[in-house]
Amino acid sequence: MITIDWSAFTPWHSAAGGVLIGIATAIFLLGDGRIAGIAGIVASPWRSIVTRQWQSLDWTRVAFIAGLLAAPWCWRLFAPLPSTAVDVGPFMLVFAGLLVGAGVRMGNGCTSGHGVCGLSRFSLRSLVNVLAFMGAGALSVFVLRHVF
Amino acid sequence: MSSEAWLRRGIAAASGLLFGLGLILGGMTNPLKVKAFLDVAGAWDPSLAMVMGGAIAVGMLAFAQARSQRRAWSGDNIDIPSSTVIDWRLIGGGLLFGAGWGVGGFCPGPALVALGSGSAGALWFVVAMLAGMMVYDLR
Repeated sequence: MITIDWSAFTPWHSAAGGVLIGIATAIFLLGDGRIAGIAGIVASPWRSIVTRQWQSLDWTRVAFIAGLLAAPWCWRLFAPLPSTAVDVGPFMLVFAGLLVGAGVRMGNGCTSGHGVCGLSRFSLRSLVNVLAFMGAGALSVFVLRHVF
Repeated sequence: MSSEAWLRRGIAAASGLLFGLGLILGGMTNPLKVKAFLDVAGAWDPSLAMVMGGAIAVGMLAFAQARSQRRAWSGDNIDIPSSTVIDWRLIGGGLLFGAGWGVGGFCPGPALVALGSGSAGALWFVVAMLAGMMVYDLR
């Protein structure tokens, strides 16, 4: 039986946030001709840096990342930022980061590339990946919160 | 440097900024809210389904438009993934990613936004994520 936490539910803010993400995806797609998948946008220039292939460093992707990093500063001009507090320590965050980094490269996308872009274009391949990460995410939270 | 290159980067920066603002407004940069969404056996917060719904509603229009539009505003080709392969790599990658998402409460985009805001937790996560990406890419 699922119990919905109505006091935490923020349907309108979350839907509006989703619409902004959709508009950003549309701008990147129709403006630059590219998929706004964050995993790929990060991995490509990072790989160029690690392998010192400076001529292949894609400044368009770097510009997108700069926009992401600047977003909280822009937000702070108008309103206080929501909490980014975590409930696990550095060791678990490093473990989580390693899993996410390797997983999004192995599966070729994350919540944005497969989730938003893939489902928006009715890709069965993306749906399979989304079901896998949603299921594993729910299982991982279940184990951490209700088993241990 | 050509003016097209700067147009391309300007579009990318504006898109990244808007994307980040959407993540903040939607609640994606709050790891505890993300975990409350994944915690279907506890006090479930379905908010993030609204984020996905809102993003996909606009995204469907964008991809429909992209099919009829020959070129992007920058003059580049519109590059839509063509792969339809469903294999164990796709599923295994999703499982690994999801497991990590549930442990930390961060996925790649929100982690970068939280890093930009100065979160120490996001710094640990992002450094490890970059390492994990290279462990896979350069294996």
